[in-house]
Amino acid sequence: MHPPRAKSEPILDIQNLSAVFSDGNGDLRALDDLTFSVQKQEFLCVIGPSGCGKSTLLRILAGLLPPTQGNVSFRNEPLVGPRRGVGFVFQNANLMPWRSVFENIALPLEVIDTPRSQIQPRVQELVELVGLQGFESWLPRDLSGGMAQRVAIARALVHDPDVLLLDEPFGALDALTREQMGYELLRVAVHASGGRTRRKTIVMVTHAITEAIFLADRVLVLSPRPGRIRMDVPIELPRPREERVRYTPEFGELAHRLREAIG
Amino acid sequence: MRSRRIILLFASMTGLLIAWQLLIIFGDFPRFILPSPGDVLKRFLEIVRDGSLYRHLLTTLKEVLLGLTLGVSVATVLGYLIAKSRWMERLLSPYIVASQSVPMVAIAPLLVIWFGPGMLSKVLIAALIVVFPVLVNTVVGVRAVPEDLHALMRSLQATRWQTLRLLEIPAALPVFLGGLRVGATLAVIGAVVGEFVGADSGLGFLINVGRGLYDTALVFVAVFVLISMALVLYGTVVLLEARLLTWQRRSGD
Repeated sequence: MHPPRAKSEPILDIQNLSAVFSDGNGDLRALDDLTFSVQKQEFLCVIGPSGCGKSTLLRILAGLLPPTQGNVSFRNEPLVGPRRGVGFVFQNANLMPWRSVFENIALPLEVIDTPRSQIQPRVQELVELVGLQGFESWLPRDLSGGMAQRVAIARALVHDPDVLLLDEPFGALDALTREQMGYELLRVAVHASGGRTRRKTIVMVTHAITEAIFLADRVLVLSPRPGRIRMDVPIELPRPREERVRYTPEFGELAHRLREAIG
Repeated sequence: MRSRRIILLFASMTGLLIAWQLLIIFGDFPRFILPSPGDVLKRFLEIVRDGSLYRHLLTTLKEVLLGLTLGVSVATVLGYLIAKSRWMERLLSPYIVASQSVPMVAIAPLLVIWFGPGMLSKVLIAALIVVFPVLVNTVVGVRAVPEDLHALMRSLQATRWQTLRLLEIPAALPVFLGGLRVGATLAVIGAVVGEFVGADSGLGFLINVGRGLYDTALVFVAVFVLISMALVLYGTVVLLEARLLTWQRRSGD
């Protein structure tokens, strides 16, 4: 059942999860009875139509929102709030406009009280990993969308979390930059195993089918609101994945199946 | 760019002085109605020489700075609480809005009766007048912090203090400093209003004395010194903004 590269050991376990928002006009059910788990070092993409509660799901997994019903456990313990073992990448880069590239990436280290002497080399390492050498002192307003999102990814990885949650991280980028960022993400978080960087567990929300197939070990398709799991598809394309894989029959077949499932 | 602005300012001031002098020459006003620029300069040098200007200036400056400090401190704390808590907002905002419907000149005599004609009453009046604009801007600034940046700080399990220091203060600073600009000039008005009601030194007191003696040149001197003080305070805040908000400035400025 599980994709070959992921160890069969759940790091996130979601049981009968529902999310209901109340406003003046009554209740809005965003997510309905989701049960699934995310394996250690797995790359899971969640796709679905707009407004199916994908972002809500991700925020619940980050501990930023409490579930209305059901349970989420992180490493076999109930998730009650945000955890430092989790890095979050927001829809827009969500950088602090008064902080330079370097300072934005350093933020998580400052919050977890890393000694100053260790911040400098670690941030530099991340700057190089996402290819922003020479831009350390730039301010967010001077960055292109792709560069800003690289900073956001570096910031999410700087404190070396086990889990990376990405909420439509490339939604605001043009198609070419978007593909480029997909490769980058695979390079920094998946392929760069061994050495200091362990392979991350990744949950990424997107509405782009081909992006999901290209990146993920497994794709979860959600139905329109209220979000339910429509399909749970393992992607058994070989890694490391290259551009070529996009034009194989298997890829096309998967894209077709997922497109049908979304409806 | 900069030198051009200075030249423009210098030219407009020279123009005003010439207009003033022409008014004296052709208008034939008695000196106690409109003294000439020369009379004002002479009076200025006189009170500089006998040290009285320095004494009065120092009194008012102290009142202004203490009042500003007190008012800004109170406004910042209250503003933050109001921005963060609906409950505090409901409790405090009726009083704050009510306090704005009473003109400061009406409260000033009360404060002088209660706290005496010394410095304390002026400091309090200056502080009271400063509170409102700084408070309003603090509330607006703190509320305008983007929700996703708050989510980021929560996802990192930042403490309240870290969120304040790393997110809320820098994010609210531009709007807050806008309030401080207004507050700094209002503090001067507050101190002078207090001195009008009852004082034995200060630039407002000097204006009162000059008016009583029909020493109109003295009134002019005091007014000009007050204007300069307000300009210096305003300029200080502008410099502070330029210093702290470099990230906001467009490279073309």
